[in-house]
Amino acid sequence: MASRFGNSNSIWRQPLAVVGIVIISFWVFAAIFAPLISPYDPLAQDSDKFLTPGALHWMGTDELNRDIFSRVIYGARISLPYSILLVVLSALLGSIIGGISGYFGGRIDAIIMRLTDMFFAFPAIVLAMAVAAALGPEIRNAVIAITIVSWPVYARLVRGLILNAKQNDYVTASSLLGSSSLRTLVVDLRPNLAGPVFVLASLEVGNALLLLSGLSFLGLGAQPPAAEWGSMVSMGAVNFDRWWVGLFPGLAILSAVLAFNFIGDALRDALDPRTAKALRD
Amino acid sequence: MKPVPAKVSVFRKILRGTGFFPFIVKRVLTSILLIFGMTFIAFSITQLVPGDPVAANLGQSAYSDPEIVAAFEKEFGLDQPVPVQYLRYIQKLSQGNLGISLSSKRPVNEDLKEYFPATLEIALIAVVIAMILGLVLGTLSAVTRDRLPDQIIRVVSLTGVSMPTFWTALVFFYVFFFLLGWSPGTGRLDPGAEPPPQVTGMFTIDALINGDFATFRQAFSYLLLPAIVLAIYALGVLTRFTRASVLEILGNDYVRTARAKGLPEFTVIRRHVLRPALLAIITVAGVSFASLMAGSVLVENVFSWPGLGQYAYRAAVGLDLPGIMGVSMVVATVYITMNLIVDILYRVIDPQLRKAEQ
Amino acid sequence: MTLLSVRNLTVTLMTGSGPADAVRNLSFDIERGQILGIAGESGSGKTMTALSVMGLLPYKGKASGSINFDGQELVGFKPRDFRRIRGKDVAMIFQDPMTSLHPMLTIETQLTEHLRHHRKVSKSEARARALELLDTVKIPDPKTALKAHPSQFSGGMRQRIAIAMALACQPKLLIADEPTTALDVTVQAGILKLLDELRKSQNLSVIVITHDLGVLSALTDRIMIMYAGAEVESGLTSQVLTRPRHPYTRGLIDALPDSGADGKRLIAIDGMPPELGKFPSGCAFHPRCSFAQSECKTGVPNKVDIDGSRRIFCSVDPFDTSDSSAGVSR
Repeated sequence: MASRFGNSNSIWRQPLAVVGIVIISFWVFAAIFAPLISPYDPLAQDSDKFLTPGALHWMGTDELNRDIFSRVIYGARISLPYSILLVVLSALLGSIIGGISGYFGGRIDAIIMRLTDMFFAFPAIVLAMAVAAALGPEIRNAVIAITIVSWPVYARLVRGLILNAKQNDYVTASSLLGSSSLRTLVVDLRPNLAGPVFVLASLEVGNALLLLSGLSFLGLGAQPPAAEWGSMVSMGAVNFDRWWVGLFPGLAILSAVLAFNFIGDALRDALDPRTAKALRD
Repeated sequence: MKPVPAKVSVFRKILRGTGFFPFIVKRVLTSILLIFGMTFIAFSITQLVPGDPVAANLGQSAYSDPEIVAAFEKEFGLDQPVPVQYLRYIQKLSQGNLGISLSSKRPVNEDLKEYFPATLEIALIAVVIAMILGLVLGTLSAVTRDRLPDQIIRVVSLTGVSMPTFWTALVFFYVFFFLLGWSPGTGRLDPGAEPPPQVTGMFTIDALINGDFATFRQAFSYLLLPAIVLAIYALGVLTRFTRASVLEILGNDYVRTARAKGLPEFTVIRRHVLRPALLAIITVAGVSFASLMAGSVLVENVFSWPGLGQYAYRAAVGLDLPGIMGVSMVVATVYITMNLIVDILYRVIDPQLRKAEQ
Repeated sequence: MTLLSVRNLTVTLMTGSGPADAVRNLSFDIERGQILGIAGESGSGKTMTALSVMGLLPYKGKASGSINFDGQELVGFKPRDFRRIRGKDVAMIFQDPMTSLHPMLTIETQLTEHLRHHRKVSKSEARARALELLDTVKIPDPKTALKAHPSQFSGGMRQRIAIAMALACQPKLLIADEPTTALDVTVQAGILKLLDELRKSQNLSVIVITHDLGVLSALTDRIMIMYAGAEVESGLTSQVLTRPRHPYTRGLIDALPDSGADGKRLIAIDGMPPELGKFPSGCAFHPRCSFAQSECKTGVPNKVDIDGSRRIFCSVDPFDTSDSSAGVSR
């Protein structure tokens, strides 16, 4: 894969990508060592409420006097793994569907491509809201709901790449050597697909995190009392005059999404131009 | 060969043709098919996932009363087998009837007539803001490539697409309403104010039609903040896209020709670069207009803006399939129409494409 | 009278692996009303030479040495200074007329915009001049042509329009970069004839850049052969083409389809021209030269100067038919 990304060190020469990697490393560290970093139990409440940020509570406390700093740290345990899971699921689903479409071609391809057209025309968040509401408000269901609406981009990419590769000699060569279609698809083509799909996925993690926290903000994702960034912002919306309640969890989302986008952008730029173009189309 | 009826052959001729008119006919037909296909997907998905719309729309006590449940199911046709429900829905849809909403108990058409213009109003302002600023920033970024302005603009636009809109809405609301008092607050008009007589449903335009400038000013002051918040994401997208297309066009031979003529750089950019880039930028603006409308769900929630997003949210929570479908139809129609308009624009503006078409 | 005098021009470009010299220590002159041909394979630095005169070097490209144009020193010119002379005193036409004209602007706009900018003429004056120009380059029905877009013309017609554009402000120097390469052979002759007529009627100096020696033999007064960014041989066209002295020039001429009158090829040039940034040491041509000696690998090629009008950069000089030491300067 190193050759697909040109110089394998090139990511490290892009300052923004390095900033992104540092931020993500910080959040991964925070997620793993949350109990050690957090000064308070994220769920501990008492009779006080809405303490302003200060020496005792760096980011203040919320309506149940829970320490917002501790909750933001613990929030990394929900937002990061679930948005990565979500991207992995939709990349897998999309790649399989796109693979079938591109490999078999003909009528199957036509049907699948019309299907993806329809999904593109659908307002993703409306469909995701409906599915999440039907499955019941829970973070796992929000992940499923968003997966259902976000696979088509991967399907389109993989189909395009396979159609390109089909014209290449080595696919013809390997079918001449008698390997079965499925083997050709899985073994011979996978290395050529892995790079672009990985880059697209890295570009999509930010979007996934935004959608996921958006559903939680609307009450269709993580449920109280879980410390999830999106639902914490929704408490800030209810108590908008207490600026700290919504500000800090929102900044957490922003920093993580921005970091993922920095990395994704740099990865795309490091790809060879032809594949990068396929990603943009 | 069997003789083909005249009517069919004309129709076939249109479908097989490559001219401008057949092109539009073809596009409209595929768009309609696309919409019907979407109803099937929405129906299938909502049937595949568990969820009881009856429970979602009836209170706790009413739900325990089998008679009320049966009456509710009968009223909305939920007692029928799923394929029958779908066929009935399609039958009504082909007459332009989107059914009765389970959550509002009113015809979805009526609901949309009320909520859609409110969202259209902020989305239109947002897309105009985003397009103008995106064009300026993206071009500036491209012509100062890799230098300081470019780097700043790139980070800012990436930040724009990375901000959670619901949080941006909250921050803006706090700053411009609570701290500075510049914004009048939530809703579309002052509490108790009379909306202008409905023509388009967009209060600013209706007020202008009515010659009521006070109401226009008021409506505009209410919609500005949600529109700006909505514009931020689209601005990031459009800036990045403008930068990419301007950079691509800057590499063209005809730009070198323009420079070889000793024209001022501003003229080169405006006349030789932006003119062709504009097409691509309008395309993306048009398509992002639809996603802007869908994205308004989160913004409307914060600003209590009585639009499509709020309606979609209530429909989703109430497992109100006609309502969800209604919103999706509207947004998809906007998406498809925008694509169609853009395709037509391409053929009108670009003489090369027009020539290729002939 | 000398219009353009280039001395020790070096053009440095930014490549993926650092700065590299695309043009190396190049010197040449052009008199008024003269046509100079610059020939060489792609990557030999001929286009970069032209672009440095225009001030249109690629991003992060830099010229050093001296370019004296009509009494002005162009090396060190600011972009603003270049814009003042570009299109007005020095104009350029490019290789591919299918891409060098703007597809969305009318011929009138493209013919008159720089005229109006540089000469501050009115719209109607500019239009009159445009009609005259189209007539000069022999476009039929100039009035209709003004309203048309480039897509409505053939390649040859488009190149004529490009020439008309370049001539709009009556420049002193016209640089034509591969003006006929993208055109059909039958169309080429017409464009070359046009350039020759213009030179006579407008006392225009022209630099023609090409890899096609056939084009040069018909048109130019003098030619310069370039290889790997440096001059290998220059002189009067008739002399250089009939009695080439540098092995590379010889190879180029032998490679022409109608050459080899004496029955067999003397030299075939094997291999590929070197890439930018990977120019060989010593004489850059030595890896492909069948006459190369050990000194060619390290030492700078010897400059042979004959009567001040002919130069050969070769330490071996295998085709020297004159007195052995005549005019050798270093």
